[in-house]
Amino acid sequence: MTDTAIYDRIAAQIEPFNKKGVALTESTTFASDLEWDSLTVMDFVAAIEDEFDIIITMNMQAEIETVGQLVAAVEKLTA
Amino acid sequence: MTDLFSKFDALIGEREALLSTGVRDPFSLVMESVKSPTVAMCNGKETILLGTYNYMGMTFDDDVLEAGKQALDNFGSGTTGSRVLNGTYAGHRECEEALKEFYGMDHAMVFSTGYQANLGIISTMAGKDDYIILDIDSHASIYDGCALGNAQIVAFRHNDVEALEKRLKRLPAEAGKLVVLEGVYSMLGDIAPLKEMVAVSKAAGAMVLVDEAHSMGFIGEHGRGVAEAAGVIDDVDFIIGTFSKSVGTVGGFCVSNHPKFEVLRLVCRPYVFTASLPPSVVATAATSIRKLMHAGNKRAHLWENSKRLHQGLRDLGFSLGTPEAQSGIIAVIMPDMLKGAQMWQALLERGLYVNLARPPATPAGMTLLRCSLCAEHSSEQVTQILGIFEAAGKDVGIL
Ligand SMILES: Cc1ncc(COP(=O)(O)O)c(C=O)c1O
Repeated sequence: MTDTAIYDRIAAQIEPFNKKGVALTESTTFASDLEWDSLTVMDFVAAIEDEFDIIITMNMQAEIETVGQLVAAVEKLTA
Repeated sequence: MTDLFSKFDALIGEREALLSTGVRDPFSLVMESVKSPTVAMCNGKETILLGTYNYMGMTFDDDVLEAGKQALDNFGSGTTGSRVLNGTYAGHRECEEALKEFYGMDHAMVFSTGYQANLGIISTMAGKDDYIILDIDSHASIYDGCALGNAQIVAFRHNDVEALEKRLKRLPAEAGKLVVLEGVYSMLGDIAPLKEMVAVSKAAGAMVLVDEAHSMGFIGEHGRGVAEAAGVIDDVDFIIGTFSKSVGTVGGFCVSNHPKFEVLRLVCRPYVFTASLPPSVVATAATSIRKLMHAGNKRAHLWENSKRLHQGLRDLGFSLGTPEAQSGIIAVIMPDMLKGAQMWQALLERGLYVNLARPPATPAGMTLLRCSLCAEHSSEQVTQILGIFEAAGKDVGIL
């Protein structure tokens, strides 16, 4: 699978949580741009985990600030 | 130069804004004297205590006080040392014996606080390549235990059995796993579906730790907690508890049936690198624990109080954390921090102390007035409490 395929699937998962309609790029940040609180983050992480059948530990989450970093992390976890 | 305090500016600002509305600081109350488990003097006013976790009202029990006084006389005011060096007195052993008997378990380890018990057991049991799977609404001491160690941390949605099971199934089969649960979640006072959660955890080959801080003494046939009530206590590997609630003093513990448990006394840093509890504290704890084994009447009265307060507050129109009384905690949900602080103050001015809880301690950003009942609250006090809630609620404009 290529980056773009993963990016598209992640973008689709972000959609329902993107209440402000922020335009997405690889550098969009979850905390400042999307303004997600911890509950939203948990629901979103659960959705991504289900979509890709993976676990994103809290240790990993702490390192992920942008959409691009999430794509890279999912790519690694599904490799 | 950067002022290291600048990271707290937002919080300082928020506090100043709140206090400038004229409400009293809800986090700096002083109790000038304490008359009983349920009454103290606050700001010169006699106040009913409804936010103390003193569930079983053991703090003024005659036998408990006598044991403490004797220990002070016979063993002195403190141990000045670690449990593994000069800090284990007869009283510490006696306290561990009482816990083993209370829980019907083979091993017990007494820590200086419940907070340290969680720090110690969680950080020591789960190593670098192990996984800790925990409820997202876990107590701060559980999260801090995770932060102190270096295991991989996986959180699941509060009390969601399916979410727990799904995550367990995705983890490497051979990896070490510790599932961390609480019997009663202290913010909303709701209980965990431990029967199902322990079953899916065991099926995945995980060890299970249950923090029963808010259930000891009055949930389960022998007061051993929610795991006992759910019939799964034999499948639980570690129970964490505290002396700071039902037992009525201070201290923490872990009980377990694991044959290798005693090695933890050598490797658990929050157990080793701190001074042990004073002799008077372990003496009061041991006496209290033994009395809690035979506290059927008190237990029944506590439940009666909890159910009555829940029903009464619901009838008045307050919105509560649980649909029915599930524990000794009744959480009243406030619309926001300002209303919460105003209500807290209105209650206090009428002679009622409850616990104000705010994020990040609370789930979903809620502001809560947490009421914890005591077996020593009389029926008249519960009636009084409901009257005060009604008057304060109308004053503040919540009802
Ligand atoms: C669930 C839970 N675990 C642990 C603790 C810590 O107990 P202690 O007061 O003994 O440190 C508390 C109490 O604050 C608690 O609510």
